Amino acid sequence: MRGSISERIWAFAVWALVGFFIINLLAMIGSVVVNSFGTRWFNTWLPAGFTTQWYTLAWDEFQLPDILVVTAEVVGAVVLISGLIGVPAAYAMARRNFPGKQAVMLLFLLPLLVPPITYGIPMATVLYQAHLAGTIWGVILANLVPTVPFVILIMIPFVEQIDPRVEAAARVFGAGMGRLFVQILVPLLTPGILAALLLVLVRTIAMFELTFLTAGPTSQTLVVALYYAVFAAGVRPGQSIDAMAVVYMVTTLVWLLIALRFVSPTQIVTRAKQ
Amino acid sequence: MSAARLSLRRRLREHGLDAVTLLVIPGVLFVLALFIYPFLYGLVLSFHPKEGDALANYRRFFSDPFLYDTIYITLQIAVPVTLLNVVLSVPVALRVRLMKHQRLLTTILVIPITLGTVMVAEGLLTYLGPRGWLNRSLLEIGLSEPVRLTHNYWGVMLSLVISGFPFTFLLTLSYVTGIDPALEQAGAMLGARARERFRRILLPLLAPGLAITLALAFVQAFTVFPSAILLGAPAGPTRVISIVAYQAAFEQYDYPLASAIAMLMAGVQVVIIAALLGARTLVFRGPASTGKG
Repeated sequence: MRGSISERIWAFAVWALVGFFIINLLAMIGSVVVNSFGTRWFNTWLPAGFTTQWYTLAWDEFQLPDILVVTAEVVGAVVLISGLIGVPAAYAMARRNFPGKQAVMLLFLLPLLVPPITYGIPMATVLYQAHLAGTIWGVILANLVPTVPFVILIMIPFVEQIDPRVEAAARVFGAGMGRLFVQILVPLLTPGILAALLLVLVRTIAMFELTFLTAGPTSQTLVVALYYAVFAAGVRPGQSIDAMAVVYMVTTLVWLLIALRFVSPTQIVTRAKQ
Repeated sequence: MSAARLSLRRRLREHGLDAVTLLVIPGVLFVLALFIYPFLYGLVLSFHPKEGDALANYRRFFSDPFLYDTIYITLQIAVPVTLLNVVLSVPVALRVRLMKHQRLLTTILVIPITLGTVMVAEGLLTYLGPRGWLNRSLLEIGLSEPVRLTHNYWGVMLSLVISGFPFTFLLTLSYVTGIDPALEQAGAMLGARARERFRRILLPLLAPGLAITLALAFVQAFTVFPSAILLGAPAGPTRVISIVAYQAAFEQYDYPLASAIAMLMAGVQVVIIAALLGARTLVFRGPASTGKG
């Protein structure tokens, strides 16, 4: 398409804006990476020298091994449980029309629309009274609040794609609900389940607010530990905080890249079709 | 099995209630127990203050400028950044829609969303700081002294642009790609220029989606939390409402007051969203979001 001069100026302005944003974004990430490998960095473009000492320092000082284990446990449990609760619920929502279905749908939409800090404070209060907050189970339960509905809403269209006659045939040949799920539905739903659970995984690694409100000293995930490190900046060298930030970034982005093999970037934002 | 029970089961099944429907119950119970119940609990708790009558918490909030000012401070950050992000997203989304290979661009833009606000705050502290690359470039261009962009209003603002713009852009893009290109082509064929096509065809079709984008983006910006502490001035210009709610709960251990603040936070969000969606019904001119209705 060949437009007038004003249209071309307009197009140029839009691309300049996008370029400016991306340059700043990459420079932001780049400066963290460079700083984490730098020795001393004052009034120059790059540090005076490069070293990996900040990584060994961060590894010991921030107890990164413990934090990574806790993060893996929390994320693993959240992915597993939200799949176990979410996929059957999505199946029921997709296949049956029952009274109150609209209300149930709204119930699943709300935790995705209300921002975590708003419901997180009363939720953390309740979890503290149940003596669950401060433990790893409190963190897992808190993180499940948005992820269970998330899995349900993502899985509903995947279930709807499956021909109901496949299930009917399985039932005719005597398959019960358990066998129907294990032998028919799960294999057919694998792409959807994979997409939903990978998105849950990426979101849970990066979920700050809910984990922050419910975690105790021994149940911090990587992102909360990073927050405390930045919060207490000045206690430790800035480079070791950035080294930790790089560890966090690599953890998140590796899983993002894996997830993007199964979902498109826009799906990460549009949590559910309205 | 008796005949009566069998018929009951059959009657339930006619209403769509059978074993399959029961699979939804764990999910429903979970959301009721950990989302609805805590919310109602917080609402009730907010009317049982540590001292004073039922409304004491709310009265305290609205009589203490240190508390009620936070609503104004938060709006001062959230409203401009939401408008900026959405206004910038529309032309970019309209342009990107025509691109063949969007994937690389959308992948880059999804990175800040995935990294989350804590990481963006730490990144900007390094990048925007007095010795960071941005100030280095500005000094190189000819500025006499570094610009202060961290630990103040602008730091929080920029962090909300970095993580908020990709969000509004990707959301807008998903709405824009849902518009049938034939409608715009028809307009062009009838002689409408780009500006007219945008104003008379695209914008009305995009309005419902934009209202939802605005609402979601506003709610996110309004609940800004980690970057307001790390990158802002949490004692003054960026003392946002989520900070006082957090402090009430976990520093003063005044859970009733914290619940009251959380309820007010939810209240402001509901008011703004209701206003936006109300405006949507005023603008919305019929079911044409895909153009195939």
